[in-house]
Parts: sequence; C-alpha cells; structure tokens
Amino acid sequence: MVVKLPETRQQIVENIIRLANTRLPGDIIWALEAASEWESNPAAASQLGAILENVKKAEVLARPMCQDTGIPIFWVRGRIDPAISADIAAAIENCTRNIPMRPNTVNVISRHNNGNNLGKGMPEIHYIPTSDDFTEIGVMLKGAGSENMTRLKMLNPSDGMAGVKDFIIDSVLDAAGRPCPPGIIGIGIGGTADHCVSMAKEALMEPLDHEEEDDELRQLEEDLFVELNQSGLGPMGLGGDTTVLGVKVRRADCHTASLPVCVNMGCWATRRAYVKITDNEVSYSQGMIL
Amino acid sequence: MKPITSPLSVEDVRSLKLGEIVCISGPVVTGRDEVHIRALEYLDEGKEVPACLKNAVIYHCGPIMRQLDSGKWGVVAAGPTTSARMNSLEPRFIREFGIRAVIGKGGMSQETVDAMKETGCVYLAATGGVAVSYAEGLGISKGCEWEDLGMAEALWMFDVNRLGPLVVAIDADGNSLYSQVNERVSKNRAAKKE
Repeated sequence: MVVKLPETRQQIVENIIRLANTRLPGDIIWALEAASEWESNPAAASQLGAILENVKKAEVLARPMCQDTGIPIFWVRGRIDPAISADIAAAIENCTRNIPMRPNTVNVISRHNNGNNLGKGMPEIHYIPTSDDFTEIGVMLKGAGSENMTRLKMLNPSDGMAGVKDFIIDSVLDAAGRPCPPGIIGIGIGGTADHCVSMAKEALMEPLDHEEEDDELRQLEEDLFVELNQSGLGPMGLGGDTTVLGVKVRRADCHTASLPVCVNMGCWATRRAYVKITDNEVSYSQGMIL
Repeated sequence: MKPITSPLSVEDVRSLKLGEIVCISGPVVTGRDEVHIRALEYLDEGKEVPACLKNAVIYHCGPIMRQLDSGKWGVVAAGPTTSARMNSLEPRFIREFGIRAVIGKGGMSQETVDAMKETGCVYLAATGGVAVSYAEGLGISKGCEWEDLGMAEALWMFDVNRLGPLVVAIDADGNSLYSQVNERVSKNRAAKKE
C-alpha cells in the first residue's frame, strides 16, 4: 500500500534545513549545559552563557542561530530516487530566500555569488544506496570558520597511534579560537586520503550521546577529550576548561605503507538534522550514524 | 557588563582593561575581507572612502539582512567572523582610518596588536556564532555602502544598542588575552609531552 505523504519531498528537505538552522541538536545543548556547570573560568562561563541564551532565542524566534549558515552537505541513504538531487537544490534555493540563509556559495575563481547557494558542484550530496525500502536524508550546515581548520596528514606507519594523537591535538590547539570552540572534533584514521577526510566529516553527524562500540576508538575519543579539555584553550580560545564538547573517531583499513589521519572540526553550532521517509511515515531527528 | 559608547576617544579606549566584559552603544560599521581590500585600494587610487570609517568601531561580521516593509534593512543574524583573515590588511586599515575598536573573533596578529597600541585601538572579542543575540543589539541598519560586494561583505552602518557581551581581548597597551592563553596552552602541552 502506498500512502501519499502530506508534504512533498522538497518540503521535507526544507524542513530539515530549517530544523538544523534554528534548533541546536539536544545532545549538543546538553553538553553545553554540562560544560557551563563545570567551567571554573568566569570569562569562559560568560561565553557559554551567551551561547546557550542565543540557542534559546534562535529556537523561539525561528532564526538561524549563526549568521554563517554554512554550506549544506547532504547524505542520502537507502532507497534512492535520482530526482532527489533536484528536490534538494530547490529546497536550498527556497530556504536561502525564506529562512533566510546567507548566500555563501561563490565561484571559486571569480568569487561571483549567485545569491542562491547553488552552483557548480553544489549542492554537495553523498549517496549511500542500500536495499532498504525507506530513504534517510541527513544534512549538516558547515560553516567556514571550522571547515577552514581542516587538516589531513599522511603519517608514516612508524609514527603509530602516538603520532596520530599528537597530530590531532596540535591541529586543535593551533586552530585556537578560530573554529568557534567548544565544538566537536571529527577524526578519520586510515583509508585513502579522500576516504579519510570523508570519515572525519561523517563523524560530526553522530550524536554525542551515541557510544562508540569499538573499544580502541572509544578509548582514543576519551583520551583526546580529557587532554584537549585540560589544554586551557577554552571557549573561543579565550581560556578555560571547555575546549571540546566531544571527540568522534571513524576508522578504515589502509595501505600497509600509509597512516592517513584527518581532523575536521565542528563549531559549537554543529548543525545537523535528519529525516527518515518510509511509504507512510516521516520522522525527524538531529543526528545520523554514517 | 560595562557599558561603553561610540564614537570612542583614544582616552576611552586606553582606559579599557584586558579581560573586561563590555557592551557597546552608538555607531558601529560592519566590514570584513572585501571592505578592507576596497578601502585600501581606494586610498591608493585617491578615490573617496565612506566617511563612516573615520575613527570607527568596525565589526568583523557578514550579517544576514532582510528588507523590511518600510524599505529599511533589519538584521536577522549577525555573529562575528574570524578576524585572522584580515591580519594582512588590518594594521594599515587601523592606522589610515584611526579605527578605535575592532570587534571580531579569534584574535589578530602581532602586527595588528602593534598598530592598536600605536594608534589607540582595542580588540573586542564577540562570542562566535551568537548571531541572534548580537542581531538584537544591532537592530535596523542606518545605511549601507558598497552594496555591490554582497550581503555578507558590504559595509553596513548601525547605531547599536548595548551590543554584547564583548571581552576586551587586546588592549591599547599591546596586551593580548590570546597570547596569554597561548602561552598557557603551550606550557600545558609541553608538560604533557614530557
């Protein structure tokens, strides 16, 4: 039986773009609230307070919580209708006008801005076909402040996990206040170069309260979380006990001669939303395990 | 939050202490990469530069604006952008225009700190991403120059009301909260590595 959905697919995509823009995922709000309880530095506590107040206002006023509404990145998984790319493009154009979102997308060479957040290679959509009878769509709005701090390094296998950890910590601390800490640190280890970067980005889609099953990765996440929060960098790089809200690591096997590692950071406003569309139901949330 | 009012005098600026949390009222203009590039280009070419830049408080911000029924432009969201992108241009910009305060996030280079000390200018750190709260402080735009640069890059003029919280992160004596934090972070990091 096929039940007609109450909204078009384009409208559903618009809903998740709006949700991501205006409501911070609950797991991140929880982490910010917990941080403001333990933060001992008064200047840092004032930053966390300002963030939480802003989050509330954005939700009540249905406004984008940050003016950098980013580049929307999509993951479409499950049963895939190729026409969805046109729906996503139309949804971005509408949301740019109606939410509104800032027109961020420019021609990389001329820097010309079309004003609609569309253009060559945009929107960015990753397809993951499966044999399921439903479709899942995830979106992340990725601001430039955090994205510009991305680092990929092809380490030598002899550098080992100690080298991986050093590279991650140096990357976060060198970025200092620029990626709007306290945020989420997404990490990819292994694969080939492009796969490694993808994993680091995908890690940011995962809710903070989803526990990693891989023991080694979970230990690495916990070690990095503790060490980064002991760094003293603090919210906005102004000093304090809260430098990261979470660390998420993904791994893949790699060439025997390689040890790729990528750090992709999410700001405190790591804006994500998700929808699952079955033949007769549409359900929304704000994270996706990729 | 300590209230301060622009236009700011050199004395006003020199009285601000590192780490102090302030909010500002009065004239503020937005300007980021393109405003800095064009203003300095125009100076070199002998072209006229908008008068609002003189002794201004400049906010590194690319706002989301929406035109109201009245025809005026209101702010939807307006948090700070990363100031470090303006590092190569800001020292000269501060000296040429006598900028009294720069509002942004993430701090700026030693060359910029030096220019601030020399001319009497402070860096006020806004909380990144806090776009709805800062939009309230900015209110309705008083006008716009260089609209052709696009919404995010244009020079928007505001008469702001208690825009804050802002942390005095670089004072007019050349002290920087970022250098202090950086020193502490490096020390902590070195201790861990031993």
